[in-house]
Amino acid sequence: MRRSGLLKITTFVGFAFLYAPIISLIIFSFNKSRLVTVWAGFSTKWYGELFRDPQILDAAIISLKIATISASVALVFGTMAAIALTRFRRFRGRTLLTGMVTAPLVMPEVITGLSLLLLFVAMERMFGWPAGRGMLTIILAHTTFNLAFVAVVVQSRLATLDQSMEEAAQDLGATPTRVFFDITLPIISPALISGWLLAFTLSLDDLVIASFVSGPGSSTLPMVIFSKIRLGVSPDVNALATIMIGIVAVGVFITAVQLQRRPKA
Amino acid sequence: MTSAAPTKDNGKRPWQFVIRLLAKLGLSGRTLVIAAPTLWLLVFFLIPFAVVCKIALSEAVIARPPYLPLLEWTDDGRMIVTLNFANFQFLAEDTLYIAAYLSSLKIAFFSTLYALIIAYPMAYFIARSRENIRNILLMLVILPFWTSFLLRVYAWIGFLKGNGVINNFLMSTGIISDPLPMLHSEFAVYVGIVYTYLPFMILPLYTNLVKLDGAMLEAAADLGARPMTTFFTVTLPLSIPGIIAGSMLVFIPAVGEFVIPALLGGPDTLMIGRVLWDEFFSNRDWPVASAVAIAMLVVMVLPIMFLRNAQPTSESV
Repeated sequence: MRRSGLLKITTFVGFAFLYAPIISLIIFSFNKSRLVTVWAGFSTKWYGELFRDPQILDAAIISLKIATISASVALVFGTMAAIALTRFRRFRGRTLLTGMVTAPLVMPEVITGLSLLLLFVAMERMFGWPAGRGMLTIILAHTTFNLAFVAVVVQSRLATLDQSMEEAAQDLGATPTRVFFDITLPIISPALISGWLLAFTLSLDDLVIASFVSGPGSSTLPMVIFSKIRLGVSPDVNALATIMIGIVAVGVFITAVQLQRRPKA
Repeated sequence: MTSAAPTKDNGKRPWQFVIRLLAKLGLSGRTLVIAAPTLWLLVFFLIPFAVVCKIALSEAVIARPPYLPLLEWTDDGRMIVTLNFANFQFLAEDTLYIAAYLSSLKIAFFSTLYALIIAYPMAYFIARSRENIRNILLMLVILPFWTSFLLRVYAWIGFLKGNGVINNFLMSTGIISDPLPMLHSEFAVYVGIVYTYLPFMILPLYTNLVKLDGAMLEAAADLGARPMTTFFTVTLPLSIPGIIAGSMLVFIPAVGEFVIPALLGGPDTLMIGRVLWDEFFSNRDWPVASAVAIAMLVVMVLPIMFLRNAQPTSESV
């Protein structure tokens, strides 16, 4: 009994460690004072300041665009990679594709960022494309690492999928394309959604790779936040953090409710 | 019988058009599915490494782009290849780089160890709790992961600062009289890394521990083993695959970490990701940055291989 009590306390301390900084971040976003750690009364002025800051708003829009496009492109290519690796037993380049899908997951961001920048510079000199660096190069870079994450998520779903439905459809004369779009795709759609959401979040969160491959006028939200933080703690960053945490919390809550409602398959 | 006539509505399906078009070009759907992601990753993942290797071997100049080409064609049609190994020699001779590699490995190793010590009881507790509580706790573990990594690191600045939450609390309770210098130190980097990557350690451990057969624990208890003995002879050995998986998920990104040492570390906190960043952005020395990147990959391969090799033998236990 004593042992389980100790376990309970350690777990509680662990969760406190995970959440205390986040909670203090939220509390001090409503602080009147510019000091983020000394309470001086309730105020929402930092939220107002945040929405009047054109630099942050522009960066947020750029980041959302990049995240949406790169997650969507990565979803298509990543699903293709997952299908190739789980459904096609033997093909030339299988080992190569397996390696290239896993490697981006463990690659340090600084290396990915540096190597992509050097590639874009070399490509521009050789073909004139992509001309300069900006949103396009960030999208290309984010799609690349997102592709790998989507592939892993979809692959794990495909690997555990009961193939009898697909086989039945095939026996009834459906073409492989038809089987895929009518049977496989609806079944794996939850994995596709979580893959897309993961990719979207990772893109929205990336500072290092974007810093390497971005150009003038295409600063993403993390880049703007990073330069602000480097100058010191500022309450409008707390306000921004609170909004982002709020969105995530609502999203997670909705997903949890949806999952509870769905009958277990 | 909703799809009694499958041929009728085929023409309406948008992808049929694409398939027919591809067939005309002599491509099957299968080829496309394999070729598209392979090509993308070749161009944007594999070829960039070739470019990094190339630039690591070229000489830095003040120009745009700031390096000299490896290949040069002379007027009479000869090709001159200049390979410049000076960048690697520079890395080997300058103690800063070796110190940075070693310090990154050390910080990553101990962060992984601390994360394991914190995560293990948490994962064990979650795995042993009732199903409805378990799902809530799991969600609480995953939730921070979906919020911005940068902002979670930022939260620690407010916590560790001289006039931050922890110092204010300790001073108001009279435990200390002067603020502890916690921010901009190696300690803060450890806190940041353990904090950020804790969920990556908890989840694989949980997945492993939840599969643990309760009958085994009962058998051990019936045979007279005390709880501690059961833990060290049954639970811990069986959870080694989870420990290794979690350790890899923490250790690998920690080695190359840039944001955490840049925001929480002090000027003397050396980490290789930060050195590469400064070499590239401050010194604008692309060739040396590339050489640092290649050396970093080589340094990382050894511990990963070690952990990989440890995996299959432990699973057969």
